[in-house]
Amino acid sequence: MPFDYELLRLIWWALLGALLIGFAVMDGFDLGVATLLPFVARSDGERRIVINTVGPVWEGNQVWLVLGAGAIFAAWPALYAAAFSGFYLAMFVVLCALILRPVGFKFRSKIHDKRWRSFWDWALFAGGFVPALIFGVAVGNALQGAPFRFDDELRMTYEGSFLGLLNPFALFCGFVSVIMLIMHGGCYLALKSDEPVASRAAFAARQAAFILIVAMIVGGVCMELGVNTYRIVGAIDTSGPSNPLLKAVEVRLGGVSANYARHLWMLAAPAAALAGAAIAGTLTIYRRDGAAFVASAISVAGVVATAGVSLFPFLLPSSLAPDQSLTVWDASSSELTLGIMLVAVVIFLPIIVAYTAWAYRVLRGRVTLAAIRSDTSSY
Amino acid sequence: MTFADLDVVSLSRLQFGLTAMYHFLFVPLTLGLAVLLAIMETVYVMTGREIWRRMVKFWGALFGINFAMGVATGVTMEFQFGTNWAYYSHYVGDVFGAPLAIEGLMAFFLEATFIGLFFFGWERLSKVGHLAVTWLLALATNLSALWILIANGWMQNPVGATFNPDTMRMEVSDFSALIFNPVAQAKFVHTVSAGYVTGAVFVLAVSAFYMLRLRHMELAKRSATVAASFGLAAALSVVVLGDESGYTTGENQRMKLAAIEAMWKTEPAPASFTLFGIPDAEARETRYEVRIPWMLGLIATRSISKEVAGIEDLVKDVELRIRFGLMAYEALEKIKADRTDAMARAKLEATSAELGYALLLKKIRPDVLNATDAEITRAAWSTVPPISPLFWSFRIMVGLGVFFIALFATAFVLASRGRIDASRTFLWVALLALPTPWVAAELGWIVAEVGRQPWVIEGVMPTFLAVSSVSAGNVWATLIGFVAFYSALAVVDLVLMVKTIRMGPDRLLGPARPESGHGRPLSASPIAAE
Repeated sequence: MPFDYELLRLIWWALLGALLIGFAVMDGFDLGVATLLPFVARSDGERRIVINTVGPVWEGNQVWLVLGAGAIFAAWPALYAAAFSGFYLAMFVVLCALILRPVGFKFRSKIHDKRWRSFWDWALFAGGFVPALIFGVAVGNALQGAPFRFDDELRMTYEGSFLGLLNPFALFCGFVSVIMLIMHGGCYLALKSDEPVASRAAFAARQAAFILIVAMIVGGVCMELGVNTYRIVGAIDTSGPSNPLLKAVEVRLGGVSANYARHLWMLAAPAAALAGAAIAGTLTIYRRDGAAFVASAISVAGVVATAGVSLFPFLLPSSLAPDQSLTVWDASSSELTLGIMLVAVVIFLPIIVAYTAWAYRVLRGRVTLAAIRSDTSSY
Repeated sequence: MTFADLDVVSLSRLQFGLTAMYHFLFVPLTLGLAVLLAIMETVYVMTGREIWRRMVKFWGALFGINFAMGVATGVTMEFQFGTNWAYYSHYVGDVFGAPLAIEGLMAFFLEATFIGLFFFGWERLSKVGHLAVTWLLALATNLSALWILIANGWMQNPVGATFNPDTMRMEVSDFSALIFNPVAQAKFVHTVSAGYVTGAVFVLAVSAFYMLRLRHMELAKRSATVAASFGLAAALSVVVLGDESGYTTGENQRMKLAAIEAMWKTEPAPASFTLFGIPDAEARETRYEVRIPWMLGLIATRSISKEVAGIEDLVKDVELRIRFGLMAYEALEKIKADRTDAMARAKLEATSAELGYALLLKKIRPDVLNATDAEITRAAWSTVPPISPLFWSFRIMVGLGVFFIALFATAFVLASRGRIDASRTFLWVALLALPTPWVAAELGWIVAEVGRQPWVIEGVMPTFLAVSSVSAGNVWATLIGFVAFYSALAVVDLVLMVKTIRMGPDRLLGPARPESGHGRPLSASPIAAE
């Protein structure tokens, strides 16, 4: 194997980030569009425009989530087990909301009835808003550490509750996530929809971008002053077996900046988040919609990366038994599996990006009501 | 036992079983219709006749509704491994996660991206470009099934992985063994063929519905003809390749085979096949048996000289494996106390293949090393899956397989004489056959998965150890939530399917464009005429 175990783990940490960024950027805009649906579009025709901007692409976008989860399962099985079973009811709520989306897209315009359509509009709103909120809340909990522990057979027990997930800092992270995706979805709608929806969406994106900048700064101050941070003490074998019971971890209140001081390059993540949002917000004023969408995507990538690098080398700290926290060095798959999966990603990810880009090229241009009415496939 | 006493294991199994069976209402139709759409569109591109384009669009609309439900309910399946089967995820994620992730990379992405182009690309792509999209969509649905069945095949026949005491889990040792697992290969061809049968029965039944009402005859006759030929090939393949999975089951899961046959005692070779009987698990015998001599021996061993083991002998074999497993367990306990104990490590390495058998005892007592002989025997008997559901599910499934061959053979003969709409009796049979492929597919999964019990991974991990440490209350909440939510969706889905079918192609797609150039009236045999 040309890579050693330590390097493979680092690569997979970066790939995990890349896949989650892929999810946040690609599926993020259609979650944001769904969240904006009842507000930027009033008549049935306007709402159909909004829905049809994401109609042909949401299925492909959602695969980023499926792939992200699959990659966690394959590369970070302990994280998969701990996070999904720990956030049990929250995951159920996300699933229901996500299931509403495909069904809503497909079924809404099939029946000409005002109440039917209005019901599905709000279902689509929930299908966008709820996952955006809960994924943010989940990240908020990961940043603070979750109350789990392992026994000597590495069976995990989780001692938190559903309501415990909804603590103030986590809810704040949920808010950041919703605002971020409103910005991103707004930029997409400004680019893809027809007037007057596009102008309303650009306006919403601009508001969201500036709120996001403030919120990121507030979040950073909270992390620095009021949220527990974790640090490995003593030696850890970065190429050792994936067993989270073999290290010592210390906890202190605040001080996330220490992690950035250790690895200065990590500052690029929050910088991209802030600069991207500022540029996106500004460009929406001049309706440079394409460039604004790109800036917004960079901002979204920066926000996700900020959460990741703030925790490094932790993936999911344990607030209950900090020594048993899951880290990059002791929660991964075996060296062989990481290697095989890396080969699969190196082969297929470029192909995916290529045909996705081609699909967007084929579907380029603004969605207009006239086009929707002339195409029987439209939603 | 009442419902209130159900524990987390039973509840989690119930939830997984129900959501998986629900998901599999949509999967086979996706598999079959995708290929049928690609075939129809190929005819369109080759002949240039508008009617074939309308067929693709009409069946495509039904495909789209079904596909959305499949995507929606598929995410639940993936997430459930983490939410409800967390110890499973930890214990085998290193092995099982890889095919799932590769499925996403290689297949699902392609499928989900191209479905958008399939619907919205008609005016934006060239004829051949759109045809390529449709074929890639069909290819991707099949590749998707391949990787999911590689994952599932590993649960039935866990090859290419070993237990690592340092990480307390199974890890990949031979990835190509995992991919070329014979059980996975047999399951793949059997499952996709079953999907093709489902697609063909669906198209045939809906077409029969139109023909009975003398509506949309042009579209219905052509569609039924395509379904007849495709369905006949698929039905033959599902039975022949089902036989192949019988063979691999005989090789790898002897207990499952014996349970399907309700075969309590080993028979002298070649074993007979029990066509009918009433299995009695209490008395460990099967009453009123009707047997076909030699047949089981031929299916399961491909010979007339090899024995097929009966349940009682297999249980004795399991007892022995439990005792080996206990050696592995004892060595593992020593390693946990002292990670440098080289002797214990050597001992574990020699016996770790049977470690899972010792874990069976955990249901009886937590300190498995102190198990008595009686308890070991009890644990060994616990490896017999529930006999009656397997026995009956299997027989109904096989019966339906034979029915599909008969149905499509009749359809094929009628269609090749250009008389597919001639017999109202046949059209009624075809229409009423609509639910049968789903019944067969669901029963097939019951045979495969109930037959694997009490293991979640055959011989490696008992199901009861695989669950998450969540409360029964939480699982109750999600189980009730899924049942309510999914039931509502099923109603909406059915309403839309029926509405779309009732609307028919003319109201759905608007009036047909006049055929340009070589348009001619529909002759008695649409295929032959072209």
